[in-house]
Amino acid sequence: MMSAIFANLPALQVILPLLFAPICFLLRKRGAAWLLAFCVSLCTFAVSIALFMQVSAAGPLSYAMGGWDPPWGIEYRVDSFNAPFLVLLSLMFCVTLAFSYKSVEKEIVQPRHALFYSAFMLCVAGLLGIVITGDAFNVFVFLEISSLSSYILISFGKDRRALTAAFQYLIMGTIGATFLLIGIGFIYMMTGTLNMADLAVRLPSVMDTHTVRAAFAFIIVGMSIKVALFPLHVWLPNAYGYAPSAASVFLAATSTKVSLYVLIRFTFTVFGAGFAFGAMPLQPILLVLAVTAVFVGSLSAIFQTNIKHVLAYSSVAQIGYMVIGFALASHAGLSAGILHMFNHAVMKGCLFLVAGCVFYRFRSARIEDFRGLGKTMPWTMGAFVVGGLGLIGMPLTAGFVSKWYLIMAALDHGFVGFLIIAAVLAGSLLAVAYVWRIVEVAYFQAPDEVHENGKEAPFILLVPAWFMALLTLYIGIDPSLVVGAAESAALSLLGSTP
Amino acid sequence: MTDLSLLTLPFMPFFIAALAVMFIASSSVRSALMLAVPIASGFLLLQEQSGVALTMPFMGYELVPFRTDKLSFLFGYLFCIASFIAILFSLHVKDRVQHTAGLFYAGSAVGAVFAGDLLSLFFFWEVMTVSSVFLIWARQTDGAFRCGMRYLIIQVASGLLLLAGALMILHSTGSLAFNEIGLESQAGYVILLAFGIKAAFPLLHNWVIDSYPQSTVTGAVFLCCFTTKVAVYALARGYAGADILIYIGAVMVIFPIFYAVIENDLRRVLSYSMISKVGFMVCGIGIGTELAINGAVATAFNHVIYKSLLFMSMGSVLHMTGRIRASDLGGLYKSMPLTTILCVIGAASISAVPLFGGFVSKGMILTAALDQKLDFVWLCLLFASAGTFYYAGIKICYFTFFGQDSGLRAADPPKHMLLAMGLAAAMCVFIGLYPALLFGLLPFEVDYIVYDTTHVLAQLQLLAFVGLGFVWLKISKLGPPDLRSVNLDVDWIYRKFLPESIRCALGLLIADYGRLKRFFCDLFHQYIMGGLIRHHGPHGILARAWPIGSMVLWVAVLLFFYLIFYYF
Repeated sequence: MMSAIFANLPALQVILPLLFAPICFLLRKRGAAWLLAFCVSLCTFAVSIALFMQVSAAGPLSYAMGGWDPPWGIEYRVDSFNAPFLVLLSLMFCVTLAFSYKSVEKEIVQPRHALFYSAFMLCVAGLLGIVITGDAFNVFVFLEISSLSSYILISFGKDRRALTAAFQYLIMGTIGATFLLIGIGFIYMMTGTLNMADLAVRLPSVMDTHTVRAAFAFIIVGMSIKVALFPLHVWLPNAYGYAPSAASVFLAATSTKVSLYVLIRFTFTVFGAGFAFGAMPLQPILLVLAVTAVFVGSLSAIFQTNIKHVLAYSSVAQIGYMVIGFALASHAGLSAGILHMFNHAVMKGCLFLVAGCVFYRFRSARIEDFRGLGKTMPWTMGAFVVGGLGLIGMPLTAGFVSKWYLIMAALDHGFVGFLIIAAVLAGSLLAVAYVWRIVEVAYFQAPDEVHENGKEAPFILLVPAWFMALLTLYIGIDPSLVVGAAESAALSLLGSTP
Repeated sequence: MTDLSLLTLPFMPFFIAALAVMFIASSSVRSALMLAVPIASGFLLLQEQSGVALTMPFMGYELVPFRTDKLSFLFGYLFCIASFIAILFSLHVKDRVQHTAGLFYAGSAVGAVFAGDLLSLFFFWEVMTVSSVFLIWARQTDGAFRCGMRYLIIQVASGLLLLAGALMILHSTGSLAFNEIGLESQAGYVILLAFGIKAAFPLLHNWVIDSYPQSTVTGAVFLCCFTTKVAVYALARGYAGADILIYIGAVMVIFPIFYAVIENDLRRVLSYSMISKVGFMVCGIGIGTELAINGAVATAFNHVIYKSLLFMSMGSVLHMTGRIRASDLGGLYKSMPLTTILCVIGAASISAVPLFGGFVSKGMILTAALDQKLDFVWLCLLFASAGTFYYAGIKICYFTFFGQDSGLRAADPPKHMLLAMGLAAAMCVFIGLYPALLFGLLPFEVDYIVYDTTHVLAQLQLLAFVGLGFVWLKISKLGPPDLRSVNLDVDWIYRKFLPESIRCALGLLIADYGRLKRFFCDLFHQYIMGGLIRHHGPHGILARAWPIGSMVLWVAVLLFFYLIFYYF
């Protein structure tokens, strides 16, 4: 029995949430649906940890779906690049569910709760599938699963604008997915295979054709939409801003990271760094866009009046940092980018959880709602300050570790590196402006009548928020685990290229 | 003590108490705890010996969060004393956020001077920044908020420069140790700029003038003690003997004097005076001889004591009367006799009257300048000493406590405030009378005789003539009038001068000046200021929801460019 489970862990990772999502919907009862989802999330987390341990002990793991050997069948492949992403996804799955029992109760009308939880589980299943699969077409399938369910999640938002936001995201997301499909179609046409490892072997002989170049362009642009890389970021702020709090927490922490994962996976594993950064001028394009993203995102965040929008625009800027790391294409740069993907997920998760706590109390998260929160909701604000310090990149928080490695990586690149460092530092300054503005409001402005009698958020909401806050601090104090994971991920990516 | 652990480091009592204070509702328990903190920290310091270091692995590097030598000990003791005085002075404050911020601020200053590597230094540097801004915001005015934001941005910029410089050093040498840095590499200049912002180098000094007068009565006392002194410590450790500092110091010493003489807000006068005094220290560090370094460090020690005394007495006046402009005050000696006496002691000390603390240290830097044949620098310093006596020694006391009677009859401040001031005043006198105690703490052996005939006579002459000058200016009414006014500083260059001069230059070239002027005004207001808000504001083009059509257009444009780039 146990050995059967262990042999099929990669399949279980995706099947668990996928299978239980419809059951969750059939349960109908709010409490039962939540409990089922939560149990599934714990199992998923356990599976991801087991996979992570297995991979770090014994190296990459290949699993033939349904007994069909790759490259004919679908291969699930767990290596040191995607194993930590599985852990991150299932961790956020647990944390968000712990948060969502109370939060969803307040934000979504009663009969739809079961629907919310099953859509949420489908979304998680899709994201896990994207990360774990070793088959290019399978990526597209799971991308569609996760996207369709996240449109549903966003449209649950109470604000009517959630519907337009979801619709916009739907259009943009579909274009992105279609581009990815076109790209995959092109390379399938040239090589006759869909397995990533097999593609990597066969592509070099047809590298110099227009078809492969077009495929590469389509995949990069398509995934840039899903990553929300400037100037294709416009769908993101409204989607995160108007979604129900629980959905924004999960999507903000994971969904763009997974898309960036796909981008990195295709660039390094399928096409190879030599093609992407040698033959194609990917580096200058991405660097320019990413640096612009840092400035545009941060400046826009400063002027927002809704905290969720502030955080969403800050995400646009932070995605810029990740893409900078990726675009440097060196071992140091790639590990810095991957490291920041984890760290940012933790910090942004923490901050969106705080926004959710405030939303729970006041049914909105405008900056006025933060007035006097330092006194009325000290624990909530405490978590916000920790997460905010992380975004700024103060020492002893996760953000500092990212900044440190990113600057170290940029130092290897001469003059361009100096420009990048300047951009990173300027981005931190702008982060001070948008984070500390909120802190000032919370601690020094007197609340009006509505907010004067605000109470601390319920304990059950504070637990996940503080869990993420403490995780931010933990990574800041002892980053060895995350840094180690990011470095071996980068090594496996660069090592697998010819 | 042989076994060093993180918990017994001298900054720890501050950090622990800072968190604890948040949760203590009873004000007497809180006061007792806060007063115990600097004492506990000082006690921990007494246990340590010189030359020990605590190492800690972090991100694959050996960090040294604690290492001791004479230089850091001196600043450590100084900050313990200063924070005790500042805490005592602020006991009446009910706002717990301010207490927490003050303790974090003082604690990180103590931590910074024992940091043995650049990363630890950066950590304390940032904690100082983030905590001190609360002392400005705590005044809760709109001006204080915006000023705090400016202060925060400038200070964080300094921290980021320090980080960038540290990484550059790490990248080129592989070590993060914080010792002599020097100016051989680019990294040296980047870090010098970082320190320079904190030390209020000329043109980088605006934040002092901007923020200190805006902070709360008690916050100003904390602020005047730590930030610039940590920068002086860092300069002394990293850049001792760097020639450029001599000239930076000389400029720093001179230019604030003119502002201080005409300034009306008395806490701003003190802020300008602080820059001038820090200039003395920078100059001493630049000269770099043993005597000069000793002088710089001793000046820092004295300066913290007498400057906090002056900020406390001006704070008391502001606290009791609600006014701080020289033109609104006067004749307060009748109702505030104790404050008057204490303020005069502080003024005597800052003016380096013999038998007071300031006299002991000032002469050391002057003598060192003469020893190195830096006559011009010596003249600058001498001129500045005269200026100091004029604006700090005479002006402050005269306009507040004597002078034209304003009719204000405020009483002396509460006991704990008087006690704090009394403590500082006692130290001023004590150091003046027994300089040996301070000399024992200095980093190098001292063979400098404080009270020899030349020093005393020269200083007395200087003081006497400045005093005469003041009287003459008063009688002849030639002195700058004490008006309600706003003085322009270097920010005028970028706020006013550059735009104006561009406008004038263009106006000369092009005859139709009126239209052009309107055009440039529009350009500035609409396109630069308005442009930021228009593009990034909640309804700005970069921040609002685009119609789907234009988003898709962007996708097409981007794909087009990718294809172009890839094909050709």
